[in-house]
Amino acid sequence: MNLDFTEGELAFRDEAREWLREHVPAGPMPPLDTAEGFAARREWEATLAAARWSVVAWPEKYHGRDASMVEWVLFEEEYYRSGAPVRAAQNGISLLAPIIFEHGTPEQQDRYLPAMADGTEIWAQAWSEPEAGSDLASIRSTATRDEARGGWLLNGQKTWSSRAAFADRAFGLFRSDPTAERHRGLTYFLFPLDAEGLSIRPIAQLDGHPGFAELFFDDVFVPDADVLGAPGDGWRVAMSTAGNERGLSLRSPGRFCAAADRLLALWRERGAGHPHLRDRVVDAWLAAQAYRLYTWGTVTRLAAGGDVGAHGSVNKLFWSQLDVGLHEVALDLLGPESELRDEPWLDGYLFSLSGPIYAGTNEIQRNIVAERLLGLPKGGRGR
Amino acid sequence: MKFALNDEQRDFAKSLDDLLGAADVPAAARAWGEGDHAAGRKLWTRLADLGVHGLCVPEDAGGLGATPVDVVVAFEQLGRHLVPGPHVESIVVAPVVLAAVDPGALERLASGELVVTLAAPPHTPYALDADIADLVLLLDGGTLCTATAGALHRSVDTARRLFPVTAAEHLATLPEDTVAAAFDAAALACSAQLLGAGERLLAEAVEYAKTRRQFGRAIGEFQALKHALADVRVGLDFARPLLYGAALSLGSADSARDTSAAKVAAADAAYRAARTALQVHGAIGYTLEHDLGLWITKVRALVSAWGTPSVHRTRVLAALGTA
Ligand SMILES: Cc1cc2nc3c(=O)[nH]c(=O)nc-3n(C[C@H](O)[C@H](O)[C@H](O)COP(=O)(O)OP(=O)(O)OC[C@H]3O[C@@H](n4cnc5c(N)ncnc54)[C@H](O)[C@@H]3O)c2cc1C
Repeated sequence: MNLDFTEGELAFRDEAREWLREHVPAGPMPPLDTAEGFAARREWEATLAAARWSVVAWPEKYHGRDASMVEWVLFEEEYYRSGAPVRAAQNGISLLAPIIFEHGTPEQQDRYLPAMADGTEIWAQAWSEPEAGSDLASIRSTATRDEARGGWLLNGQKTWSSRAAFADRAFGLFRSDPTAERHRGLTYFLFPLDAEGLSIRPIAQLDGHPGFAELFFDDVFVPDADVLGAPGDGWRVAMSTAGNERGLSLRSPGRFCAAADRLLALWRERGAGHPHLRDRVVDAWLAAQAYRLYTWGTVTRLAAGGDVGAHGSVNKLFWSQLDVGLHEVALDLLGPESELRDEPWLDGYLFSLSGPIYAGTNEIQRNIVAERLLGLPKGGRGR
Repeated sequence: MKFALNDEQRDFAKSLDDLLGAADVPAAARAWGEGDHAAGRKLWTRLADLGVHGLCVPEDAGGLGATPVDVVVAFEQLGRHLVPGPHVESIVVAPVVLAAVDPGALERLASGELVVTLAAPPHTPYALDADIADLVLLLDGGTLCTATAGALHRSVDTARRLFPVTAAEHLATLPEDTVAAAFDAAALACSAQLLGAGERLLAEAVEYAKTRRQFGRAIGEFQALKHALADVRVGLDFARPLLYGAALSLGSADSARDTSAAKVAAADAAYRAARTALQVHGAIGYTLEHDLGLWITKVRALVSAWGTPSVHRTRVLAALGTA
């Protein structure tokens, strides 16, 4: 057992560190969930891509560096340590791209991956519906066959689609066979957000920014070429990479380590006035460390051919709670100033509150851990 | 970078697990608590035969000169199986503090022939199992003495027999880094025991939740219990990497910070496992007859042994330069 890196890996890390030091914009960007923030990040994505740092683990053919998983995690640590902003392209890169790599046709790969890598096409995820949240398989939005045009017509409504108001394209599941069982008869579609018949209503989030959007579909046409995987096979396609995250969408520990470092700095500044917060500061730092080390364990397992499986749920429970805890203690340290809207910790806090909800609520993750890892019996209806 | 146990380490864990699983360790622990050490001594010898007692003894002194990772692997099994005795003291601390004073003792430590215990105030004020130890030590600051034991103090864990000690013969004045190394190694071993005990408590609770029926179904179908047990799984899963991270940095500049982080996380995770396991079992878990209580009280004792969580959190902050 060791945490030693090869010279090549260290050289890779140093090169990234050096580049980031020179290129990360000074000062914070406007929030990601605003038009200005999104535009600023598009520019940043392009800068990253031009130097081939936007998707380091992808093949060179698609703007990547063929980086190993170890190198990828090292890069992510450097990325967040440098103060670089959260990516606007992350939904596409971490949720859609692995599926395109696994299930996409060569044409789809060539068409979509390069534009995703350089930020010219940013993707939104359109899975949730008003009546289908945790129970995602109950989605009702439909896809009906349009033989004449060689494609499908989408109808219905999607919701909570992050940054769909600013993004270019979206991926989502639609019910293409109403007679099939819940999990069958779903099809995975890729479509532009400015398609005819598609209207978008931004929704303000807790922080006041229009981070969500509702999508209304009125006979939106999608050609066969933009079906991902086989028609009717959408659920399996979507889930094939949901559990087995293949490293590309591991939640980067760099983010939490960087936040823990900032928390320590805040403690140095203000800790003397709040001795009773000591334990919580230590615990937040400790959790970030645990997360970093756990990730190296996961990388080791994946490199040996293992998969993430239901351990992904353990991981999600941990990082989401760690993120909230870290921000809560920072706000306590800030005292009465913590409520001021221009306090950066407050933004981070409000964002952290969504962690236990999105990507499958923590209640659902606990069910998965209990049933699939601990082997407890399934109870009642639902999962 | 390979942050996982190797095959040899996994095999070592398995052979310890098999050996201890086949022995009736809870019975030995109960007897030990009543002052009947026969079964416990037998286990002591069998563990020594497997090399456990030689882990921290250098090869040229008849030991294995193993890595701290191996020590963590072994102590996790000791905790999982509730093995009684002054293991942290004899296996981990004694080789460090006796190395300069009595090199001849090392070989006898490795063979399991010599049982050593010690008190190291302020964090470890009592000597564990002084009544069966061949050598009782007192490490006060850097001052190492032989010691005589007073009257038995009972612990919440009946298998932990604690004795106050008074200094007898002065043996040596140890350098600060030796004392620090001994403390870190002890805290790490103790953390590993906690993790093992926590894993066992979770396993017992899961098993019980699958078989115990109420309202016409297995209680494990109820989400309140499922979620509580899932949280135990998460806590243990994230304490483990801190433990191995600390094993890798033992003796380095980050040793104090990392062993303390490991102790805090392991204590929290094991304590949560204990509380949850008791809740899942209901009244049966609250009886003396049921073995569950042996682990629950062991965990409570180990949470504050070799440095309370508060002591270790203070050390973490101090190491981060922010105390
Ligand atoms: C910031 C943010 C960004 C998001 N971005 C996107 C996006 O880009 N695209 C997208 O498609 N969706 C997105 N979502 C939606 C997200 O996936 C859903 O909110 C989530 O799946 C939960 O669904 P719901 O909100 O309808 O809650 P519900 O499913 O209605 O759940 C409400 C409560 O009931 C609990 N519950 C439900 N079922 C069970 C059960 N079986 N056992 C125990 N408890 C249960 C839940 O845990 C929750 O506490 C986002 C959400 C947030 C907060």
